[in-house]
Amino acid sequence: MKVPLKWLSEYVGLTLGHAQLAERLTLVGLESAGIRVYGLPVPTGLRIRPEDIGPVWDPKKIVIAQVRSVEKHPNADKLLLVAVDLGTGVPKQIVTGAPNLKVGDRGQKVVLGLTGTMYFDHHGKDKEKQLKELKPMELRGITNDAMVMSNFELGVSDDREGGIIILQDDAPLGKPYVDYAGDIVLELDVLPNMARCLSMLGVAREVAAATGGRMNRQQISLEYSQEPIDGQCGVVIENPKLCARYRAMLIKGIKFGSAPSWMQTRLTYAGMRPINNVVDITNYVMLEYGQPLHAFDYDVLKQRAGGKPPTITVRSARAGEKLKTLDKVDRELTPDHLIIADTAGPIALAGVMGGLETEVSDKTVNVLLESANFDFVSIRKTFRHFDLPSEASARFSRGIHPDIVAPASERAAELLRRHAGGKVCKGHFESYPAPVEFRPISLELEEVRKVLGVSMSRKDVVHVLQALDFDVSDDAPGTLLVRTPGHRLDVRESADLIEELARIHGYDKLPATLLADQLPEQHTNCKLELEERTRDILVAAGLQEVITYSLTKAEREAPLGLSAPEYVTLKNPISPERSVMRQTLLAGVLEAAAENLRNSVDVRLFEVGSVFVPVAGEKLPAEPVRLALVLSGGRWGEFWSEAGAKPPSLEFHDIKGVVETLVGDLHLPDVSYRLAKVAYLHPARGAELLVKGQGMGTFGQLHPRVAEAFGLDGSRVVLAAELDLERITAEVPERYTFTSVPRFPAALRDVAVIVEETIPAEQVLTEIRQAGGDLLRGVRLFDLYRGPSIPAGTKSLAYALSYQAGDRTLTEGDVNKTHKKIEDRLKSALKAQIRGKD
Amino acid sequence: MSDLANLEQRALSELNATDGEESLRAWKTRYFGDHGEVTQALKDIGKVPGPERPAYGKEVNRIKAALNQAYEAALKTAKDLALERSLAEPPLDVTLPGRRPSHGRLHLATQVMRDIRGIFADLGFQVYRSREVEDDEHNFGLLNMPPHHPARDMWDTFHTTTPGVLLRTHTSPGQIHVMRKFKGKPIRVILPGMCYRYEAITTRSEIQFQQVEGLAIGSRVNMADLKGTIVSFARRMFGEERQVRIRSSYFPFTEPSIEVDMDCIVCAGKGCGLCKKSGWLEIMGAGMVHPTVLKNGGYDPEQFTGFAFGMGPQRIAMLKYAIDDIRLFWGNDLRFLQQF
Repeated sequence: MKVPLKWLSEYVGLTLGHAQLAERLTLVGLESAGIRVYGLPVPTGLRIRPEDIGPVWDPKKIVIAQVRSVEKHPNADKLLLVAVDLGTGVPKQIVTGAPNLKVGDRGQKVVLGLTGTMYFDHHGKDKEKQLKELKPMELRGITNDAMVMSNFELGVSDDREGGIIILQDDAPLGKPYVDYAGDIVLELDVLPNMARCLSMLGVAREVAAATGGRMNRQQISLEYSQEPIDGQCGVVIENPKLCARYRAMLIKGIKFGSAPSWMQTRLTYAGMRPINNVVDITNYVMLEYGQPLHAFDYDVLKQRAGGKPPTITVRSARAGEKLKTLDKVDRELTPDHLIIADTAGPIALAGVMGGLETEVSDKTVNVLLESANFDFVSIRKTFRHFDLPSEASARFSRGIHPDIVAPASERAAELLRRHAGGKVCKGHFESYPAPVEFRPISLELEEVRKVLGVSMSRKDVVHVLQALDFDVSDDAPGTLLVRTPGHRLDVRESADLIEELARIHGYDKLPATLLADQLPEQHTNCKLELEERTRDILVAAGLQEVITYSLTKAEREAPLGLSAPEYVTLKNPISPERSVMRQTLLAGVLEAAAENLRNSVDVRLFEVGSVFVPVAGEKLPAEPVRLALVLSGGRWGEFWSEAGAKPPSLEFHDIKGVVETLVGDLHLPDVSYRLAKVAYLHPARGAELLVKGQGMGTFGQLHPRVAEAFGLDGSRVVLAAELDLERITAEVPERYTFTSVPRFPAALRDVAVIVEETIPAEQVLTEIRQAGGDLLRGVRLFDLYRGPSIPAGTKSLAYALSYQAGDRTLTEGDVNKTHKKIEDRLKSALKAQIRGKD
Repeated sequence: MSDLANLEQRALSELNATDGEESLRAWKTRYFGDHGEVTQALKDIGKVPGPERPAYGKEVNRIKAALNQAYEAALKTAKDLALERSLAEPPLDVTLPGRRPSHGRLHLATQVMRDIRGIFADLGFQVYRSREVEDDEHNFGLLNMPPHHPARDMWDTFHTTTPGVLLRTHTSPGQIHVMRKFKGKPIRVILPGMCYRYEAITTRSEIQFQQVEGLAIGSRVNMADLKGTIVSFARRMFGEERQVRIRSSYFPFTEPSIEVDMDCIVCAGKGCGLCKKSGWLEIMGAGMVHPTVLKNGGYDPEQFTGFAFGMGPQRIAMLKYAIDDIRLFWGNDLRFLQQF
């Protein structure tokens, strides 16, 4: 809502400086989003964006003048010689190229800038807007030292083709233009519950309450003509739920034309384009009261009714009905649309836009003025459906108090009488089937203290509420009975009143205390803790965390083979790229890897996050937490090589090492691995992690074809994992116990076994562990060999074993016995050959 | 039978001829290995005829000891020499770059989230999380926004193809979930998580962003406590000298509703580019839980009051580190992430 302060000051005394006023309004909930200054110097303390400051209108140099004559410039086709009167009676001749003056014109009032006037020009280089000073100069042989000015030059609008300002008769001749039209405009962001402030009166009431300024209660003294409205029209509301109140007035004998200049200026500053006196007056009253109005051409209505008095009906449209709206578009109507109709059919989309046929025009003489209250939900549906946001629908769709219908219609009728020569027929037609009633609210002072944490005296409470036009009386002791004024829809219970008290009294007056209420029982969020621990383990392992979009497209995930065909799909995506909720983290992390590998040789990334998996028969998807890893590049990152030796690259065992570190540090029990054949992994280099025999996800070398699908070089080794972190963390033991640190020395022995290639290392390890029993404290693989010195189809695994007892130093005999047991077990269980012995 | 006199002489002269540790060890094997000459001589003791045996044995053992001693001395000399030689090596070019261990980091968003959680944990707030794909009822209806409520305009919503299912536009649905879980017991929680809005992606707005909601419900929870909690947070997050300004605002699920500003961390209120000349930075929305929302969560508004607040960790991070583009967060450029 743009609020010109001169206009506002007609309703309320402005007691604060501009900067303090803007600040105060911001604190009570009318945030000042910007301030425009027209013609005036910038008041001190006001913070204004440089682009919102126009030239200052010097009262001595920019004045209101009147055209005496317009002649052709003798030496130029496009220039005119204009004689203007500055109110001194002595005409002054100027040269102009104004497109909206023509030879023979006289009597127009214009804004004249004299030598030294600062104005915006756009004729310089690059046609850019720049501030210039008016200097006398010769134009085709005739010296010129003044100009008739446009709104562009004065800094009011950015319309470069608007022509010069032509003022109406009300503009005072010879007077400084800044006194007439200079103003400061506050641009207020109006919150949904403050829709009443989409009006000057609404803002004025807030200003009065917030600053202590006096309200000037406007009295409408409507002068009726002798002719009564009776018998000239009728009003029927078919569905009172959708239209609480409809009021029609009849104004006859309109002299169609322009609205007075002061009104046009105010409309312009408030962001509306002046059109003609009838429309401008309805818009003016809408801005003043917040009540949108509509003017129908009464004679057209009468003609449609076959010459009989028209009957206005508010009803839902019928299927198949059509309406050509003001914007000349044919609209197909459905029963969802609330319309205004007469006996011949629809004449307006209620509260959204009028029909073209019944619109007021330069032929209009008699006007039927509509002031009505429509259901905001219905208005929302209609303007959304037709995509027709307007000043009227903006107000109706947020809710307007039906009490405002009457004063707004009378105010507009009076303005039509005063500024459009209309005669107001006596009376009005009205349908108000179910007047809105608000129950009085009982407000306990104790409740105020309980909510705000600080007591407010009865006096302060009454003062604030009365300043906001609430009617306050005593109920029980310590309790007030509060009646809501006829312009507030947002106050229904005591909580709403307490907000009014807090915001007007001032939040700055509230103390800042710490919670004194009993501390609730404290619980650990185990799932979160374990996710955080996972992050810490991976960071310590040298991986960088990433967070990627949850919104993706199905095709992006397809090459991984990790997603089910059903997705949580958006009905209104911003782009096809972000149209479904992800089912895997890996796609996003691979994309991040590919993106980063453009400027890095090495990535180690992980993400912990939710995926979204539709569940059959459920409305809402499952949202399990997953972990994805992507590693690629040199094992040592970027490092210089010596004598051409290539530093080693990350390979399968590096990602397995990360997985092992994770499951180890999480103390997961019964972990095993097996070869995994999954679409996204290299068929020979993929593994599955199992905990207690249950699959927890897969990892390994990315399939080169999949790598290519993600824009990665297929010959590059990319390691990837997608693990079900939710299920992994569920297996983390609640507690684990400490293993004593041995005090007695360990005996070290090696064993090298030759086994069939098909026997997994894990099986060898299991046999060693089982045979070794308690004395075997450590087993570490230190060499893997395949080659000519052993039979084809076999491999040699060499382990370093450490034997140790907790209670004594082991003897050679103890160690030999256990070691032999292990060797025997390997031979019998795995048909292994012990190297160096068999 | 070994020629003992010769053996000792030969061994010593060969020992003197060695050069470095390696040849010394070869010498040791030659004389003291399994088949070494001294070892052999020791084995021969048994073969010497009776009367000569003691003298022979004594001599062999003397030689063994002498050679061992000579060997140990030579080994020490060789080691000392080798050490000295290595210390005299030409120096490294110490300006060559080092080999850095791979250094992992948490995403900035996680770091800031942990900072926020930590501050609220100290104030007794526990963490409760709820789903990201929500139903209309939790995201709007139970939060005092029936269908077509004008306030729904405040949240541009992603709807799914399942009617009534949407991507949560804020963490506030968690308020209902947590109230229904705590079933009338006092509550003090924060609800962190990802939220979604139907918006164009620009330097200032994202389609997905994190939020941290706070909720305290009890028999003595009031607006002054809310103010104190927010002031504590702002000062711990941004510095002890921070000032907080509270403006009236509107959220359908709180009454009264407020917006909280903090004096600009760059200009301290004088007006600069960061605060767009206003001197203030918006840090969160908050308010007292609306009685209707309390009721919807199963709490009697006659008995309980509560406050709630919501803030954006991305915005907090952007203010804290003067980041000018929100798209950097999910862009995951390592050149950005590795700065934190």
